[in-house]
Amino acid sequence: MSAPFPRRRATLLLALLPISSALAVGTAAVTIDNFTFSPAVLTVARGTSVVWTNRDDMAHTVISAARPPAFRSQPLDTGDTFAAVFDRPGRFSYFCSLHPHMQGTIVVQ
Amino acid sequence: MDTDRRNLLSCMAWVGTGLLWTVSGGVPRTLGLLGTAAAATPAPGFTFAQISDSHIGFSHDPNTDTPATLKEALDKVAAQRPPMMLHTGDVSHLSKPEQFDTAAQLIGATGIETHYVPGEHDWLDDNGRPFVARFQRGTKQGAPDGGFYSFDVQGIHFIGLNNVANLQLGGLGMLGPAQLAWLRADLAARGASTPIVVFAHIPLWTVYRDWGWGTEESAAALALLKRFGSVTVLNGHIHQVLQKVEGHVAFHTARSTAFPQPAPGTAPSPGPMHVEPGKLRDVLGVASVSLVRGQSHLAIIDTPLGA
Repeated sequence: MSAPFPRRRATLLLALLPISSALAVGTAAVTIDNFTFSPAVLTVARGTSVVWTNRDDMAHTVISAARPPAFRSQPLDTGDTFAAVFDRPGRFSYFCSLHPHMQGTIVVQ
Repeated sequence: MDTDRRNLLSCMAWVGTGLLWTVSGGVPRTLGLLGTAAAATPAPGFTFAQISDSHIGFSHDPNTDTPATLKEALDKVAAQRPPMMLHTGDVSHLSKPEQFDTAAQLIGATGIETHYVPGEHDWLDDNGRPFVARFQRGTKQGAPDGGFYSFDVQGIHFIGLNNVANLQLGGLGMLGPAQLAWLRADLAARGASTPIVVFAHIPLWTVYRDWGWGTEESAAALALLKRFGSVTVLNGHIHQVLQKVEGHVAFHTARSTAFPQPAPGTAPSPGPMHVEPGKLRDVLGVASVSLVRGQSHLAIIDTPLGA
């Protein structure tokens, strides 16, 4: 399985931006509203940095469904973000470990 | 819509704060609210309290002071002077040491012996080890740092289960094969007349699959409990009171001390319910449970904080 390079939290992401922009060909966003990842399926080019933003009043996580997980976030409180660069093609299912009915997929081409 | 909301809130008003339980001849029964307990017949049995979902660290609408509402719930419990209390998980919101500290200090200040099981919000760090070390110290763990254990009080066998570890994509609560094997062995030595109280965070029956409100192997766990004459299952997680009786098994969920959640399927998501100003304490609460010899059910009283 591919192991995308995870970055945690907005502050870390900012600190790592120079590295990230060197690796990432672009960014794409997933938002969390009402216990839903949107878009549920996101298709990106190789090397894209995907940034999740939690806009719910409730904490959530982003964790890869692969075992061991290919990527996982810290708990994201309201307004927190998590970023991961997807550098290999494939389909990457993920969910929220606090609310496992929340599911999403990143398709890397 | 407004009418529906009012009906829901008034219905929840009798299910919200904490639970005081009476084990009566091994079977639980509901007496009413903690606030109305004076009007009910006192239960001459062993009584203990249940609190749940204190979510210390949560600070959004409708509750920006979860330590204060936990303290109010504990004051309600302490006024009943139960010898024992259960906390059915989500003690903290994000498993942070300072959140555990706040909860431990407030609960410890009551002086009431308290037994805990973890919620998924308590299991976010290091596979739950900080929670086990803090809140299950001194228990005989069913597996190393497994977060599950059993003990006996007043002839009642209490089993604290952990169904919040290793949650899977799209899945419900999980017990896992090691915990089920332990449960089988734990129950094997007990006579069928022993009153059993199982407590765990996520409901052990499927309340609402679409929101993950259930436990994957609950059927296997309940099969092991089938031969017992009195089984009471106490859960939290869903921040509202729901009850069900199936054969000899009585299921009950407790209110949160922090914020209410919608009834299954009545909202787009299970996120915190926003309540009218001044109404929050109607939908938070504690419960009391009593064992009364010669009766077949535990008595359960749910009391809203506002009662």
